[in-house]
Amino acid sequence: MTVRLYDHPLSGNCFKVRQMLAWLGVAHEAVPVDFYPGREHKSAAFLANVNPLGQIPVIDDDGFVLRDAQAILVYLASRYDTQGCWYPNDPKLRGQVAMWLATADEVTRTASAARLHDALGYSHLDIEACRSGARAVFRVLDDHLAEQASAGLRWLAPAPGPTIADLACFPYVALAGEGGIALDEFPALRNWVWDFRHLPGFIGMSGIFPAGPA
Amino acid sequence: MPFVTDDPNMLDDWLLVGPTAALAGTSERQPHATRLLGETLSLWAAADGTPQCRLGAQPLAVQSRYGYLWVCPSGRPARPFFEFPEYTEPGRRIIDCGGIGVAVSGLRVIENFLDMAHFPFVHAGYLGKVPHTEVAQYQVKVEPATGEIWATDCRFWQPRASAAHDTGSNVRYTYRVMQPFSAMLYKSSLRPGAQDAIGLFLQPLDDEHVIAHTLLACCDDTSSDAELIAFQQTIFGQDKPILENHAFKRMPLEGRAETPTRGDTSSVTYRRWLRERGMRFGTRAAA
Repeated sequence: MTVRLYDHPLSGNCFKVRQMLAWLGVAHEAVPVDFYPGREHKSAAFLANVNPLGQIPVIDDDGFVLRDAQAILVYLASRYDTQGCWYPNDPKLRGQVAMWLATADEVTRTASAARLHDALGYSHLDIEACRSGARAVFRVLDDHLAEQASAGLRWLAPAPGPTIADLACFPYVALAGEGGIALDEFPALRNWVWDFRHLPGFIGMSGIFPAGPA
Repeated sequence: MPFVTDDPNMLDDWLLVGPTAALAGTSERQPHATRLLGETLSLWAAADGTPQCRLGAQPLAVQSRYGYLWVCPSGRPARPFFEFPEYTEPGRRIIDCGGIGVAVSGLRVIENFLDMAHFPFVHAGYLGKVPHTEVAQYQVKVEPATGEIWATDCRFWQPRASAAHDTGSNVRYTYRVMQPFSAMLYKSSLRPGAQDAIGLFLQPLDDEHVIAHTLLACCDDTSSDAELIAFQQTIFGQDKPILENHAFKRMPLEGRAETPTRGDTSSVTYRRWLRERGMRFGTRAAA
């Protein structure tokens, strides 16, 4: 069984799915989408057949089609993580994971948008609003991670290891520099990016190098 | 001239301002806007399809070549337009891989494009792989007739040289610099005897920002457009953070701020070539 992934190499949201599949050891077949410059994800065929919202990633797992990066992480972890580490089956942890998954959407709406403006010519976006919005959500993440660290915890949810909450928030924080947003004022967030990049089996993407051998 | 530079190397040359396709649906009343040398230009297609350009009320010289629009700010180009015969060669696929914004001097972007030594580190698993790190000696010269830089006899072992490759191969390269902000490379393709051509054309936004446009004129008969674009964007996306993290966003041409090695013959030639032209735009004044 191979999961089909509608994919683009520069998409942080697609990275989340590639990384989850890699960590779960699930084989996949990438369907490259000409996101840029072709805007294939907004084409009539893509809207009709793949995702009416015109977004990637989308997966097709043996006929089960799912869109939205965060929803896909919930599904993959629920279905394929036999250890239950990535999406722990605990009421409070699930509530906290869901909260950070929603925060990941706010990171996409701000930091990813700033990057699209600077790197892919989305000149209609209000770049200063994107950057200040990103700094506001980064402040929330940084304060939370600093508190976690003082309690001896490293990840967003108070689980023993990283969860899909971390994976969902990670790429557009790590890529923030491409949108002109420096992470200097967010030390706990920088430490978290560092820790995440050093997780075993981290694959990286263009713009986020995998950590070298320790 | 209202532009951010008075460097004749820029004002008296044809500068890229984006793909010609951006003129679709435009008119004088509904022009396409883009940035060049710190200014916003209006571009549109006249009724007969010819491109038009204005900065404020001032018309600027503009033409469409190789699928892109090019503006000469002064209207007095110092050199003829460079040749790109592969663009119209039968049997090649022409693919616009899009323009990607990079926050660094364009001179850094071209220099990086000419460099093979970074392949195993920045493009690991694609254009190189440790321990295959040696840059074999190659030849670099400036063609007297055109003033272009040509680097020939370049060779590098690559795990995955293009979208069409699925195994490693010894790849031959030829590099060419036509303008301070335009370069091409030719590399072995899977079609015997034919080389893929890859153009890197930079739209200079200001001294420290460009939009890097990549164009393929390739001999790949199997990959889809989306696969070819994905491969090029993957590679360029790997270069982008390296480029943007340069300690000097502008290129130092004088002094000993940066020290080349033997593998950097192309870079040494490019920097000398820029010095001899008196290049100022995108450069860092000597300390």
